[in-house]
Amino acid sequence: MTGRVLLSLALLMLAGAANSQNLAEHPAECRVAEQLIERDFPLPHVTRALAAKRLNILVVGAGSSQLPGPNGVKNAYPARLQNALSQKLPGVAVTVSTDVKSRRTAAEMVKTLVPALAAAKPALMVWQTGTVDAMQSTDIDQFKVALDKGINSARSAGADVVLINAQYSPRTESMIALGIYAETMRWVALQQEVPVFDRFSIMKLWADLGTFDLYSATKKLDIAEHVHDCIGRLLGDLVLESAKPDEPRAEGIR
Amino acid sequence: MAPAPTERDLRLDLFRGIALWLIFLDHIPSNAVSWITIRNYGFSDATEIFVFISGYTAAFVYGRAMREHGFIVASARVLKRAWQIYVAHVFLFAIYLAEIAYVAHSFENPLYTEEMGVRDFLQNPDVTILQALLLKFKPVNMDVLPLYIVLLLWFAPTLWLLLRAPSFALIASAVIYSLTWWFGWSIPAYPRGTWVFNPFAWQLLFVFGAWCALGGAQRLARWLNSPVIFGFAVVYLVFAFSIAMTWYFPRLGAFVPNFVGEAIYPIDKPNLDVLRILHFLSLAVITVWFIPRAWLVLKSPVFWPAIVCGQHSLETFCLGVFLAFAGHFVFTEVSNRLLMHVIVSIAGIAIMVAAAALVSWYRRVERRGPGPRPPAIKPGYAGSDA
Repeated sequence: MTGRVLLSLALLMLAGAANSQNLAEHPAECRVAEQLIERDFPLPHVTRALAAKRLNILVVGAGSSQLPGPNGVKNAYPARLQNALSQKLPGVAVTVSTDVKSRRTAAEMVKTLVPALAAAKPALMVWQTGTVDAMQSTDIDQFKVALDKGINSARSAGADVVLINAQYSPRTESMIALGIYAETMRWVALQQEVPVFDRFSIMKLWADLGTFDLYSATKKLDIAEHVHDCIGRLLGDLVLESAKPDEPRAEGIR
Repeated sequence: MAPAPTERDLRLDLFRGIALWLIFLDHIPSNAVSWITIRNYGFSDATEIFVFISGYTAAFVYGRAMREHGFIVASARVLKRAWQIYVAHVFLFAIYLAEIAYVAHSFENPLYTEEMGVRDFLQNPDVTILQALLLKFKPVNMDVLPLYIVLLLWFAPTLWLLLRAPSFALIASAVIYSLTWWFGWSIPAYPRGTWVFNPFAWQLLFVFGAWCALGGAQRLARWLNSPVIFGFAVVYLVFAFSIAMTWYFPRLGAFVPNFVGEAIYPIDKPNLDVLRILHFLSLAVITVWFIPRAWLVLKSPVFWPAIVCGQHSLETFCLGVFLAFAGHFVFTEVSNRLLMHVIVSIAGIAIMVAAAALVSWYRRVERRGPGPRPPAIKPGYAGSDA
């Protein structure tokens, strides 16, 4: 993953000027990670939902999909995603519902997935997972099975899927072995043709460039809120770019 | 079987030393310098080198002990070594506990409430410490020593068989490897999952190393000098390199045909994927091709730092794990600039070399003993690491 970050640093220098136009809408700090947004696979259900002017999204996740505090829900990335999409899609009714609870492994999330999908009727399920599995060192095969199961459930409920991998957390890096879980997620995504929102590399790039100080020991929420806001925006970009009808994908600079 | 060479092959020490450096660099999370390590350019990494050479030297040292002093004495030696490694592992675990306890008390960030759950195990140390002593609870990057312990526990009978029927022993090892893949054998870990390095699979490389030490290498010489094998090795390394490049430049992935991707992924590290073995073997073939055993440069001071680390591998390895913790600590507490990555990496290796040199000096002093005359102990037998 270091490689991807280094690559994007290089690309940034090369391509900064060329891309500046569509980046201009973002707050400055988010822009640097735009190169890491991948648009590998289409999201046909979202495309159709956009045409029908009504987009329901279900965010399924664990602790890193929420923020503490009274304004936690409002400032966490699911709500920021709804905000970003609503701004970009005038005339489309965007709703983001959540099934977020901390300390859940992929398999635990899959257990409640079918009723959650039935209740939300989403065109897109955004699924953040992997951190808790890495912390509890879930068996890799079981993690893979859970991912496949979740993706298949979403598909049979008529929803596309975007996966989100773990956060980049510099302080706990030597204690949580994320690597193999991230690789497994990427492999499942490739097989299932599901886009991955590479939150790890994006946050790593922010940390490397000094965009956000992810090292600081603080109780304050400001950085966390900024990070979630940026994640919501970039996630919105991924969804829109992937769902764009009739446009060749993955041709531009990634 | 041809008698094994009596002089220690310095190439083994050299490459084990280098492998230990690479393991250290890879163990510091997000270390920019780890960009240079071999895992980024192919399928295998320094672990393969370490396990193979450890098997080789174990057979070299304990094989001679078994021939000269019999099964019981050699087994006792092997078990003593396993015990030393166990103690080293527990020592590293204590350092890990200290680190995580520090982080637990000093770090708070609303962004990472989930991740801070890693400190939960401090709440019931009765269970976790016990599980750690049973080698079931293994923190990040502390998986190599438990593997080594299990390999050594089983090594005495393996060595006995290797000395009598080397081909049969190697085939038996390969059969265990295959059955592991077939039946999914593994060792359970705590709180769940399985060992990161499955000993049933990794024993193949260890036994293969031992087999090479006990005369197998001479048998392979004809193959190793064959240009055809060399060609295969080069082609395979180029293939692995091109696949590895698609990990960093995903756009190159478009050039990889689907059936190739289907065939090679996922590359299974816990169970020592065949692709990894082949990658290691190709590296070995090319290394042996270019660096002859009697190469005089091996004795030059240029290679001394790596060789001395390789000769005291247990101490160097443990220190490397500790230094990786410490290096990460510097990144989080002091600076995370690229320059700091370079400084920490170079300083870490320098400390490893200095410590290995110190251990080497201690051994020489101890061997000299308190008396006026040094007792005659054969080099590479009692004094060296296996």
